[in-house]
Amino acid sequence: MGAILLDPLAALGRGVIAACHAVGNLGLFALEATSHLLRPPFYGRLFWRAFVEIAWFSLPVVALTAVFTGMVLALQSYTGFARFNAQSAIASVVVISLVRELGPVLAALMVAGRIGASFAAEIGTMRVTDQIDALTTLSTNPMKYLVAPRILAAVIALPLLVLVADVIGVMGGWLIGTQKLGFVSAAYLKSTFDYLEADDVVSGLVKAAVFGFVIALMGTWCGYNSKGGAQGVGGATTKAVVASSILILALDYVLTEIFFAQ
Amino acid sequence: MRDMTDQAILSPPVAVAGVPKIRMRGVRKAFGAKQVLDGVDIDVDARHSLVILGGSGSGKSVTIKSILGLIEPDEGTIEVDGRDVLRMGWREREALGDRIGMLFQNGALFDSLPVWENVCFKLLAQKRITRAKARDHAAEVLAQVGLAGSVGDLSPAELSGGMQKRVALARAIAARPDIIFFDEPTTGLDPIMGAVIDGLIVDCVKKLGATAVSITHDMASARRIGDTAAMLHKGRIVWSGPAGALGHTGNALVDQFANGEREGPIQMELRR
Repeated sequence: MGAILLDPLAALGRGVIAACHAVGNLGLFALEATSHLLRPPFYGRLFWRAFVEIAWFSLPVVALTAVFTGMVLALQSYTGFARFNAQSAIASVVVISLVRELGPVLAALMVAGRIGASFAAEIGTMRVTDQIDALTTLSTNPMKYLVAPRILAAVIALPLLVLVADVIGVMGGWLIGTQKLGFVSAAYLKSTFDYLEADDVVSGLVKAAVFGFVIALMGTWCGYNSKGGAQGVGGATTKAVVASSILILALDYVLTEIFFAQ
Repeated sequence: MRDMTDQAILSPPVAVAGVPKIRMRGVRKAFGAKQVLDGVDIDVDARHSLVILGGSGSGKSVTIKSILGLIEPDEGTIEVDGRDVLRMGWREREALGDRIGMLFQNGALFDSLPVWENVCFKLLAQKRITRAKARDHAAEVLAQVGLAGSVGDLSPAELSGGMQKRVALARAIAARPDIIFFDEPTTGLDPIMGAVIDGLIVDCVKKLGATAVSITHDMASARRIGDTAAMLHKGRIVWSGPAGALGHTGNALVDQFANGEREGPIQMELRR
């Protein structure tokens, strides 16, 4: 009888302890990785390779996401706002929604799927094939060599990607507004920029930088701690994408709350 | 960047008279409830080649990884040239790492780099050589392991298993270490290629005047590359002696393992 009551509690306790352990490990991992950004040697070539992979090769998928989001946003806003004769606000709604919210979040989710998975798979494979141990025996700190350049690249690349996504998303809204909804091009663009403030753009870019950090951190952490063979690497990859996606959405709320409070 | 000369890449003389190159005393390591090392004592003299034998899961890899600093033992001391590795500061440990080479079981070559960069990875990482000179140095080291210089431009994925092992050996010796570890150097190779790799290992170790520690299941390989051998069983060294005596040591456990016999103390323990 006692066991029936205590077993679920014990399982819950074990789960909580494991979660605390994982959060602590992740925190230490993040601290160590960040500290390596400030101490030489710096691996410029590895930074550049990761930067190109994130910023350049993610551009098509992020651009497609942004353009369709802008188009859908314009259409949906029109349908809703027409009920209140507020169609003139569509351009402002599209740009503010994109710049503050949808641009950073959707771009980050796309990059999490692409880059987070790729980091976890590559580093996970290196772990299970002893390549990370080999780095240590070759007088190279794996955190400095594998983790730090990727984190720096993601923190810099994500805001740039989001900036491009914002522009493309607004162009998507403009396209629908002028070609389908009957807006005059100059009036649509004027309305777009009239209500847009620098803080809107800055808050979106700050979010993007934080999301970049989270994506690279989760990808490298999951890969670095993967165990076993192909199955372990597969599990690490899935975990990296799921965890970074959830963290992006949760942090989006936290950051919005912080910016909104200001 | 320092230019690479023979002097620049030669390890400093570190042998201390009367002190073993590597000494392990009472090294214990557990993973959860499993006691993998249970008081390992090992001495390896300078310029000698020790082969550690043992069944799967007997703790051979953990022993080597403990010396390399990849695993922190729970108890015991590990000394290299009389200096306790476990109490070294990071700078001293880094300096020790510069003098050590390692050949991993599966090569552990970096897929993202061409062969020449794999071979000269340590020298490049420490800026002891320019990238231009690294290509030439890689070609020289590849020649030592019987590979053409043109192999340097290939990716590790383009090489056969035997070639990957040779490249991994080239990487292990490229910085001219004075201690080299070999983890199952002939695993996965056919007998002829295994003998070739063993020959290369013996030549390279002799040429460098290095101290070598190898782990293997392959008795022919153990006899070829080892001066001495030690048997690890249940986390302890149960026998050590000349590698040439393997198979007729008088120790039933070692002889059973060396001769690959089904019946003997190891089998009996499994039955229990």
